[in-house]
Amino acid sequence: MQRVPILKLGDILIVSIQIDLDDQSVLALQEDLADMVVSTGARGVIIDITAVEIVDSFIGRMFSTIAAITRMLDAETVVVGMRPAVAITLVELGLSLGGVRTALNLEKGVAMLEHVRGGAG
Amino acid sequence: MSAPRELPIATNGDVVVVRQQTRTLAAEIGLSLVDQTKIVTAASELARNALVHAGGGRVVIEVLEGGRRPGLRLVFTDEGPGIPDIEQALTEGWSTAGGLGLGLSGSRRLVDEFDLVSAPGEGTSVTVTKWGR
Amino acid sequence: MTVPADAARRRIVELFLSSEERLLQRWTQLSGASPDDLRDLYEALRTALSSDDGDFADVRGLLAELSRARVRQGHTPSDTARLVFSLKEALYEAAEADGGPEALRGFVWFSRLVDDLGLFTFETYTAARERIILDQAEQLLELSTPVVKLWEGIVAVPLVGTLDSARTQVVMEKLLQTLVDTGSEHAVIDITGVPAVDTQVAQHLLKTVVAARLMGAECVISGIRPQIAHTIVTLGIEFGDIVTKASLADALSYALKRSGVEITGAAKTRVAVRAERA
Repeated sequence: MQRVPILKLGDILIVSIQIDLDDQSVLALQEDLADMVVSTGARGVIIDITAVEIVDSFIGRMFSTIAAITRMLDAETVVVGMRPAVAITLVELGLSLGGVRTALNLEKGVAMLEHVRGGAG
Repeated sequence: MSAPRELPIATNGDVVVVRQQTRTLAAEIGLSLVDQTKIVTAASELARNALVHAGGGRVVIEVLEGGRRPGLRLVFTDEGPGIPDIEQALTEGWSTAGGLGLGLSGSRRLVDEFDLVSAPGEGTSVTVTKWGR
Repeated sequence: MTVPADAARRRIVELFLSSEERLLQRWTQLSGASPDDLRDLYEALRTALSSDDGDFADVRGLLAELSRARVRQGHTPSDTARLVFSLKEALYEAAEADGGPEALRGFVWFSRLVDDLGLFTFETYTAARERIILDQAEQLLELSTPVVKLWEGIVAVPLVGTLDSARTQVVMEKLLQTLVDTGSEHAVIDITGVPAVDTQVAQHLLKTVVAARLMGAECVISGIRPQIAHTIVTLGIEFGDIVTKASLADALSYALKRSGVEITGAAKTRVAVRAERA
């Protein structure tokens, strides 16, 4: 099993998925992220999937779960860089990624987190 | 014409290998990027199904040539408990493993042809085909 | 009385080879084609028939060329096939003059060969047409899918003409790719120029809007004609919370507002635009 590295930038955690995820790595990432959010006091999480070629229902569910967990820990999650083919496939699959914020790229993801927090005061 | 490839599905890592092999062959026969992604996603769902519901199985990936368009056919088989109610298993949101219930119904929408054969105690066989445009 | 097949074949080939001038003259008369073309064909046939392996590749090559050339000259494919078939009549006269059972039996064999060659010209014709149609369909897809930038961060696809499922899919994939390439968070799908929408096309439009949303962008659909709105409602297609605007202008103004640009119309002569936030 490969572990996905988590980077910290200010109060944002950035995960860039560069490997072909197996289900075990997905679950590990879920746990690692929750731990990191608590230990660093991060307010935002960005998951960059620019390099991800497919998102199936298991990986899709991970996004929703991570978003829900981090929200409970007072951090917002944004998934960025989804490829068009992946998005079209997810729609066909019937997965809507409920509760997950998305942005076109890393830069817009960061801007979105700042905007969300600015709005919250 | 390449011979059909048979791959085992026994671990999480095998599911990843099935995805990669499907992707390689789909690209080789010239499927569009979207169609490649669809068949690879379907392969991932069905391989996981075999792993989760039957404790493993195997897949045969075959390139279909000679017709007007090339195609890719994947046959997933397992010796698991089988599906008692196929109709129900194909219903969206129906899940026995605590998933989203999109595995079967979702993969059916991602491919051009979908065939499911199963009986209780006799395992399950799912055949999916994607044709080039 | 039976005649050995190979003897019959030998006899008819002999006849074919020995009466070159007469045959060619008769063939030209019957078919009305240019003697030069026919001579080339005859030569190729002679080579093929005299060789042991019966390789007709050269003959087919010539026929394919002839078929193409004659189409350009305005002949129908039937004309071209008839041209080839008329060789049978020319040779039959020679076989009849010979009168022997070998020659007549051989003629049947030869006539089947000529039939195949005639049909081959027809096949060449349909294959060429098929290719042209495919090429044009592809060009049409390319031509009909412009994605234009309206503003920084706003792109639009003005759809014109009848949408079928395949075309809609191509356009939509292109739109989503453009969103990524340009980092645009707003897209306008304008269907002013679309005369009708069926269930499948409407579904594709909807799926695109949802897919764009998954990627982090918003789509607005504009220019829905009254008939199309009627169809969509009648078909029971749920547009849900997808934003629709009557005109492209309305959609642009909406997208600008959403991206933080404020438009102020001063008098009627100028429009001042300023960005609210960088």
